[in-house]
Amino acid sequence: MTVTQPAVEALEESPARYGLLRYAAAKAGGALLSIAMVIVATFFLFRLLPGDPVRALAQGRNMTPEQLDLERARLGLDKSIPEQFVHFVKQTLQFDLGTSYEYKRPVIDLIGERIGSTLLLTGTALVMAVSLGIWQGARAGWKPGSRFDKFSTAISLVLWSVPTFWLGLLLLMVFAAGIGPVPGVFPTRGISSVDAPGGLGYVLDVAQHMVLPCLTMVAVVYAQYLLVMRSSVLDEVGQDYITTARAKGLRDDDIRRRHAVPNALLPTVTLVFMRIGFVVGGAVTVEAIFSWPGLGQLFYDAIRVPDFTLMQGTFLLITVSVIVMNTLADVVYHVLDPRVRSA
Amino acid sequence: MSSVTWVRRQRALQRFWSEFRMHRAGMVGLAILLVAVVLALIAPLFIDAGVTNVVSGTRAKMAPPSIDDPLGTDESGRSVLLMIWWGSRTSLLIGFLAALLSMVIGTTFGIAAGHFRGWVGAIILRITDWFLVLPSLVTALVLAAILGGSTATIIVAIGVTSWPSTARLIRAQTLAVEARPYIERSLALGAGHWHITTRHVFPNVAPLLLASTTLEVASAIVTESTLAFLGVSANKTSWGTMLRGSYDWGAATAGAWWYILLPGLCIVLVVMAFTLCGRALESVLNPRLRTRAA
Repeated sequence: MTVTQPAVEALEESPARYGLLRYAAAKAGGALLSIAMVIVATFFLFRLLPGDPVRALAQGRNMTPEQLDLERARLGLDKSIPEQFVHFVKQTLQFDLGTSYEYKRPVIDLIGERIGSTLLLTGTALVMAVSLGIWQGARAGWKPGSRFDKFSTAISLVLWSVPTFWLGLLLLMVFAAGIGPVPGVFPTRGISSVDAPGGLGYVLDVAQHMVLPCLTMVAVVYAQYLLVMRSSVLDEVGQDYITTARAKGLRDDDIRRRHAVPNALLPTVTLVFMRIGFVVGGAVTVEAIFSWPGLGQLFYDAIRVPDFTLMQGTFLLITVSVIVMNTLADVVYHVLDPRVRSA
Repeated sequence: MSSVTWVRRQRALQRFWSEFRMHRAGMVGLAILLVAVVLALIAPLFIDAGVTNVVSGTRAKMAPPSIDDPLGTDESGRSVLLMIWWGSRTSLLIGFLAALLSMVIGTTFGIAAGHFRGWVGAIILRITDWFLVLPSLVTALVLAAILGGSTATIIVAIGVTSWPSTARLIRAQTLAVEARPYIERSLALGAGHWHITTRHVFPNVAPLLLASTTLEVASAIVTESTLAFLGVSANKTSWGTMLRGSYDWGAATAGAWWYILLPGLCIVLVVMAFTLCGRALESVLNPRLRTRAA
């Protein structure tokens, strides 16, 4: 019997011979390697910077050459590249991401302050986008070619072509600034008003601030979930078990809900987490437009200033969390889907 | 011999064209693209970079569309219509070149990862997967911020962050092609790595590459506008930098809808045209999709 190349590949990539633990350990090892590569790449990337960071730091301030040297020594820039590298790795592993030029505070503290609002915004948007995308995608894929399907595909095609920031600008113009007869109902920026009341009032205030950023993010990311779910359901439609369910006399809706959707759901949800990097990019843009005080805006500020230590720290954190989430999705998928294990 | 191949190629091209013509959406996309590209190419015959010069704006600032300025003016009194026209050159150029760069890297890595067995292939695949996980927009922002925002660095920033999905696609196709018996025949005749990859594998993955490049241009244009909007691009006029200007000068709160709406609509129109075209190409060229449709 000849074994074709794709089959060999399937064997190599199929974890059939591994136990779950070994699989998880292999994935975790891969993730650690990826993280190590990120740390190394970050170090060299930020050493490519033209110019002298200390001089940039001293810009607009009166500093003697001695003070400049002192500052250089403090930042460890007077040492050789290998020494700097070892120092950088050691610091990073201890979660010391350096001190921000602009804020004059440890980067890790700044991140700690901002991460909550990012999780709030991204989490809410993600839950809404996933539920909407899965619901609409399942219905569209169940009856390919129907009016609902055509409508959904058209919508997702348009949203796919719309740049996130432009959609945000439009929403800002129409619903926050107000245009023509439409009054501005939502705030243009920030997470809460200065005069926000405490307790429930504060929650409502934050919710009101979150409407537009959240809407922007949902609109942009949900399109691809819709498409993935649609094609995933489409794959199930022709399967034998669907025919069997029909033969049993089940109602169409029941077949979709009880049989097709659960099977189509798994690959979709995994893809959602696999493409979390895309969501993160969207979060940076949305937070920048609506001045949402999260990690994305911190990163955006670092780029605008530019504050390279802050940029380096936020970049490291964002990248590492994306890698971790991808790995988790991989392992969870493996646990949940018996088809992958017995392949 | 060569005339036989020539006739064959011509026939294949004809067959391809007649199939592509059946896709109405693809044809609409193609038409929009042709118009956009021609307009961008002939722009220097009518206007020059002077229309983007702040000093040249002599009209009223943030004026709504009128007979003089059909699409209104911006914060310095420059015509939005002329800016969009001139800016299309930067947006399209960066879109095309970034997609091209991404395709070259993606194809090289994809074919190499599929062709070489053992540790070489494993390492290449590992690198591809690493790049695939990196959040591409964030990485492109960092690259552009560090290397400075010239047109060339923006192209590099987009190209370097967007190639891995192409590489995976090409790798899968390479594996499928190399499983065919004629590769074994050619190995038996003494073909080397170079001969097999360039003469047998590449021609077989090229059609898929065309479809995927078209889709890639679409996303490169979106990324370019996003990078420009987030301020890492140097001041050359593009649709993204125009929108940056509209944001900086508070066009949203001033109700200057023409300044926000129109550059964005251009992006959406062109990106959609590329996407429609790419999807039509994909359904004509991708054998997997073809069998499913049949």
